[in-house]
Amino acid sequence: MSGIQHDGTGSVGKPIARYGGIDRACGAQRYLADLTFAESAHVAFATVPVGRAEILAIDTTPALALPGVIDAVSVEDLPDPSKRVGISHRDRPLLASGTVNFHGEPVVAVVAESADLARAAADVVVIEHRPLPGAYDLDGALAPGAPLVQDPTVRPGDPLADSNVLETADYAWGDADTAEPAADLVVERTYTFPMVTHFPIEPGGVVAAPADDGGVAVYSPVQHPYLLQRILADVIDLPLSKVRVVAPDPGGGFGGKQTPRYEPLLALLALRTGRTCRLILSLEETFQLMRRSGCRIEARSGFTRNGELVFHRLTADFLIGAYADVAPRVMTKGSYVGAGPYRIPNVRINARAVLTNTTPSCAFRGFGAPQVSWATESQLDAAGRELGIDALEMRRRNLVDKDEAFIRGEHEARADGRWHESLEKAAALIGWDRPTGPYQGRGIAVGIKPGATSGLSQSLVRLLYDGSAIAYAGTSDMGQGARTLWKQILADELGVDPDLVTIISGDTDAVPFDLQTSASRSTVFMGTAVLEACRDIRRRVLDLYADATGIDPDSVEDKPGHLVGPDGALPLVEAAQVALGGLRGEFVGQGTCRLRGVKGHPLGGDAAFYEFNCTAIEVEIDPDTGEVQLTRHVTVGDVGTELNPAQVVSQDEGAAIMGLGHSLMEQVLLDDEGRIRNLGALDYRIPTFNDVATNLVSASVENHDGPGPYGCKGISEGALLCTAGALGGAVADAIGIQITELPLTAERIWTAMQTADAEI
Amino acid sequence: MTADHLAAQLTPIEVAVEINGSARRVAVPAHRTLLDALRDDLGLTGTKKCCADGECGACTVYLDGRTVNACLVLCAEVEGRTVTTIEGLSADGPTDLQQEFVAAGAVQCGVCIPGQVMAAEALLRCNRDADETEIRDVMSGNLCRCAGYQRIVAAIQATASRRRAEA
Repeated sequence: MSGIQHDGTGSVGKPIARYGGIDRACGAQRYLADLTFAESAHVAFATVPVGRAEILAIDTTPALALPGVIDAVSVEDLPDPSKRVGISHRDRPLLASGTVNFHGEPVVAVVAESADLARAAADVVVIEHRPLPGAYDLDGALAPGAPLVQDPTVRPGDPLADSNVLETADYAWGDADTAEPAADLVVERTYTFPMVTHFPIEPGGVVAAPADDGGVAVYSPVQHPYLLQRILADVIDLPLSKVRVVAPDPGGGFGGKQTPRYEPLLALLALRTGRTCRLILSLEETFQLMRRSGCRIEARSGFTRNGELVFHRLTADFLIGAYADVAPRVMTKGSYVGAGPYRIPNVRINARAVLTNTTPSCAFRGFGAPQVSWATESQLDAAGRELGIDALEMRRRNLVDKDEAFIRGEHEARADGRWHESLEKAAALIGWDRPTGPYQGRGIAVGIKPGATSGLSQSLVRLLYDGSAIAYAGTSDMGQGARTLWKQILADELGVDPDLVTIISGDTDAVPFDLQTSASRSTVFMGTAVLEACRDIRRRVLDLYADATGIDPDSVEDKPGHLVGPDGALPLVEAAQVALGGLRGEFVGQGTCRLRGVKGHPLGGDAAFYEFNCTAIEVEIDPDTGEVQLTRHVTVGDVGTELNPAQVVSQDEGAAIMGLGHSLMEQVLLDDEGRIRNLGALDYRIPTFNDVATNLVSASVENHDGPGPYGCKGISEGALLCTAGALGGAVADAIGIQITELPLTAERIWTAMQTADAEI
Repeated sequence: MTADHLAAQLTPIEVAVEINGSARRVAVPAHRTLLDALRDDLGLTGTKKCCADGECGACTVYLDGRTVNACLVLCAEVEGRTVTTIEGLSADGPTDLQQEFVAAGAVQCGVCIPGQVMAAEALLRCNRDADETEIRDVMSGNLCRCAGYQRIVAAIQATASRRRAEA
């Protein structure tokens, strides 16, 4: 990958306005639900209102009797009722099969001439069922004799099939067991992290249309169009070339729109009915489609009297849902960095992904790291309070220096940035040494997350005769502003007017393969591919220019935006026109970025980069209500190079506030039968304009040390990795009591204060 | 539910309404919200649908000049009234406010933005001197999951100060 420095004279590095921004501000951007399809039919689901039930009988005749109802389909009506899909585990049926395994799992799909009709018809489908005992939390799932969420026949050859543990991940270096006597202080606590849901403002949906050639076109605001294409081809048994995935820009993804779920079913419905089938989800239905895994972490850590970590032991149980989705990888990757970016000689981490009868948990910004970070950061604070060392000093003494290993052993990981700089910058920005008043407190925490570890990204770029250009790049632009960056790279590398650049994405018929839009990978991976495609064009222009003019090609050099020869610099577009001549034409460049995996590596390979963030928060607590008011919130990311400072700040602030969600207010609550109690926006609260610190400061450290174009790193998740740790530290500082359960609601804080008062 | 019962539920009623300055007629079932009628029957998809509970503000439009959540208004209720949507607001091209939203970096995924723009424009029309606390209070009914709140406040403040200077 390239790591050149940029001279700062071009488009890269400037706060260029978002590609498509004006359309979005004017309501002209077309998201999935805004697209119209001629003669489309509409789909609605029928289910049962419990978390787990045996399906005894299904009667669709009342639905089919209604005029305008086209079809009503249960799993038995599908071409292969036993078909199950999934990424790591092929465990999820296309509709509930035999049992309903979580609240909201679709049992019957009704197809009708209008959305109203489909809903009305789904409501009269009769699903005879018998509620079954379910496993709805960690204790319920891990107890001896607990109901098994997945029938062992779904997990052939799996030694854990008779339990609800789907996968485990174990990491160790040094000897965390025998190191204990060397510690002056041992801190032991249990931490919990709630289930939370993505709550995209675009709930999303799927439209599937049969194609004339026997293939199918599927429209979905999916983050991974090529993964969806692969799964559709597998389920329908079609060649990839006959499966077209069109992915309109997702209206918020955050990880929730990565994996295919209802798309294969919709494709089968389209092929079965011969109609374009349209499913538009409600926000409530997204709560039953995506969420972050909850987590319970038992932590035991030893420190010297100087606050240096001697050993750190974690047992982390991730509360995943009824099907695997990518939750095992969330568990594996999140716990891999569980010990944080610290210098710890002895570590043992044992993590498990525990199945429950709940919404399948999936990727969610941070990908498992925020859960474990909450425990590790809080342990440092707890030790610091006992040792009389403040939270900043605890980090200073334990944080690794650049190139120092923070994960040791066979697959070690070393700091790829000067992380202390972020720590000191955040401390300075929050005014760490200013005195605090009564019920005021300050916390500071750090977080890391491994970036992408492998996979291919490809791009094609066309430089057209008139100096306009088109880039084909498969990254889903879901709010991070990927297209804007590609435009900037083209502008600088080809010397074209940024306003004359078009970016094509979201159509597998037109755009070459990109593994996925996740793990803050795109700026590094796709950015490199786009950059390489531009440089490919430059070389082609140089060759043809030399050929057309008879100049010695070795006397000419291609530079960003120019060819430089004996007579000086010629703008690349002019050189291209000379080269192409009177009959005109265009140049096509191809760029590829591929990171190979590492055999035996627990993550499948070394991370291309680490996201590192330091967050500092200052709060004031209302002693009468327990309410938290954020007075200052500082986030500093180690970003390598800011390709677009405005977009870096937007992403960073967004992550910071999203982190406040799970730290301060958000939690999916279930009743005794596994039903979501706060299903929808009325009862599930996310941060508003009034919940965030009015003094929110996003800053960064730029050392141009990333593997991406111009030394950049991915940055989109950093600011929520350690929000909880910083907030928890601030609250503990304010009230003198450590709370180990998230979210830190007013009720929880007030109760902790009352309990402490009662004990005095 | 019988077929007759369903047919009765879905029997359309005629509604005459002025939308973005044009007289429009639309035939919708009695239960159809203004939001769904705008999007599905009138082709005005700039108004977005998220929670459909009146909590997120994505569907903010003006009804007789006042902001409402279009998901909480029945289409039948707007008979004879005037509705302005984001398309109406943008009819002459992007407004200064919309340009400030983009310039301030307030637009990320963008789904909430039409509603944010409608709410912010209404605020600016009645109080160009709103301070940050007032802006946050007025805007607190509009959720942004990308959480561009700081940037939106900045866009509103920049627009307010320009309009004050031009007044």
